[in-house]
Amino acid sequence: MPVIEIKGLVKEYGEITAVNHLNLEIEKGEIFGLLGPNGAGKTTIILSILGLSEPTGGTVTVMGHNATSEPIKVRKVTGYLPDEVGFSDNSTGLESLIYTAMLNGIPEDEARNSAKELLEIVGLKDAGTRKTKTYSKGMYQRLGLADVLIKKPEIMVLDEPTIGIDPKGIIDFLALIRKLSKEQGITVLLSSHLLHQVQKICDRVGILVNGKLLAMGNISELSDNLFGDNETVITAKVDPITDGLIAALKSETTIKDVRMKDNVITIKAGRDTAPAISKMIIHSGGNLYRLSCQEYGLDDIYQRYFEGGDEDA
Amino acid sequence: MDWTTSISVILKEVTKMPETVHPFRVMVHKEISDQVRSWRFILLVILILLTSAGSIYTLLTVIRQHPVQLSAHSTFLYLELFTKSTSNLPPFITLIGFLGPLVGIALGFDAVNSERRRGTLSRILSQPIPRDYFINSKFVGALAVIFLLIFALGFLVLGLGILVIGLPLTLGTVMRIIVFLLFTCVYIAFWLNLGITFSITFRGASTSALSVLAIWLFFTIFYSMLVNFVVNLTISNPYAAHYLGLALSRISPNALYNELTTILLTPSIRSIGAMSFAQRVGTIPSTLPLGQSMLLVWPDITALIAATLICFGVSYMLFMREEIRA
Repeated sequence: MPVIEIKGLVKEYGEITAVNHLNLEIEKGEIFGLLGPNGAGKTTIILSILGLSEPTGGTVTVMGHNATSEPIKVRKVTGYLPDEVGFSDNSTGLESLIYTAMLNGIPEDEARNSAKELLEIVGLKDAGTRKTKTYSKGMYQRLGLADVLIKKPEIMVLDEPTIGIDPKGIIDFLALIRKLSKEQGITVLLSSHLLHQVQKICDRVGILVNGKLLAMGNISELSDNLFGDNETVITAKVDPITDGLIAALKSETTIKDVRMKDNVITIKAGRDTAPAISKMIIHSGGNLYRLSCQEYGLDDIYQRYFEGGDEDA
Repeated sequence: MDWTTSISVILKEVTKMPETVHPFRVMVHKEISDQVRSWRFILLVILILLTSAGSIYTLLTVIRQHPVQLSAHSTFLYLELFTKSTSNLPPFITLIGFLGPLVGIALGFDAVNSERRRGTLSRILSQPIPRDYFINSKFVGALAVIFLLIFALGFLVLGLGILVIGLPLTLGTVMRIIVFLLFTCVYIAFWLNLGITFSITFRGASTSALSVLAIWLFFTIFYSMLVNFVVNLTISNPYAAHYLGLALSRISPNALYNELTTILLTPSIRSIGAMSFAQRVGTIPSTLPLGQSMLLVWPDITALIAATLICFGVSYMLFMREEIRA
């Protein structure tokens, strides 16, 4: 049984449909990345999972509990890191953690011990006794992570966890999330609009545009979905280029387009035509210096999906 | 072990929380400690302490030296501590009626919007607690602080009076003072709830603070002028004008509170408003017992409590319907 199961979720804010018939299943121990531009509906989905936002239609089930009718049971097992996490100005990091723990029914002594442990894990051992208003953005996020973990959750829901942290901090922070998740078997749902960061730690991602999940899977699956059948761009550096070679290339049925600039030939063709092209070049007597088949990166995937999204809008 | 360490050990034992504490208690606890530690609360308390100390001090000096100046035949000297003034400083009852709402507003005006701005609202609400715990703990926490402050202040004044005057205190007087302090708390709670309501409606703390203060200023200063203006404009019969004026002014919570407390602390007042000669024939010029005084202002009591509860109801409803996301 999936840990988080979303069926036909619809959420409307007046005229605007933030989430449109969304289906999603997340398995135990998985790290799932919800990707999408700002305003795609990521936060709305997250709030629905926590039972903090009432869906217009559809159901969200978390560990067998309906998030709308039994939100407290859901929140007992789910830790949530909001996108702009904050703490009471006049409390120290340690006090904030103890407070959260006690809201979860953990006795004060026990809370104090596990708060100290967690502060050490997230690297705030020395800052724990300082007031949180002196913290930097990165420290806030770390304290936020400790705050999520102190209730010993089965599920962590992290909304834009990397926002506002410097690049080095992001790598450490995400690595920490992955480590904790894998060590303790915690299911993680995190949202982001930065694909690069997320793909490093996610087992699976879903791309969300205008409240619809356009694609789901791991990065290579996404790439296959998008570009699998399509032609790719093959570039070859050849010297000399003979007219015979160009003619031969153009006559090949699987090749769509041939362009030539200086001694580089740019060919649009199916992915698997690369060996045939290399043979043709050798056959024509040219020296092949380089033959490359363009691999689609994450940016292309992202771009492609979001372009598609814009067309719908 | 010397006495300081043993006291700290005892304090630790006393203040120590039991094993698992109900989340609501934890939240109220936190709310109270946040309020009490905030600068604006400390400043307001200092302001109230200084002004009431000034007012009471001059009054006590007069009572000690020239009691005749204050009242020739008063049997309720302790009550007059709260209602009479001999210097430029207003009496205690007026001071509290003026500064009390400010305390309520200060405790409530940013209850929800500051938590939203800081990003603590969604974090707290994502804990396994019912949503209304949040708004209820805000209310209960601030109310506890108000009760503590008002009763401490009231008993301080009374205690000072006992020390200086030295006359025995009657049960009736103490009851009257307790009831007076109780309704002062209700009155302040009204402004607290208004503040909380505005803190849900407005996203900016300064906007909500200014809005509540505007309402407070309107009722404190302009409303009575407005009532006079309207009454003079519409009615020429002085008897009818008086009643219309009274009815209109009772819309204002300030007027309700002033009427209520003045009558509760002045047993010699036998009726509100004008009485005809026919009505006064045969009355004995004595003071009223507490129950009768309360009966006299029963509508004010009801209205004040109702206004406070309605205000809380509105804020509760607004908060429960509010979308969490900013």
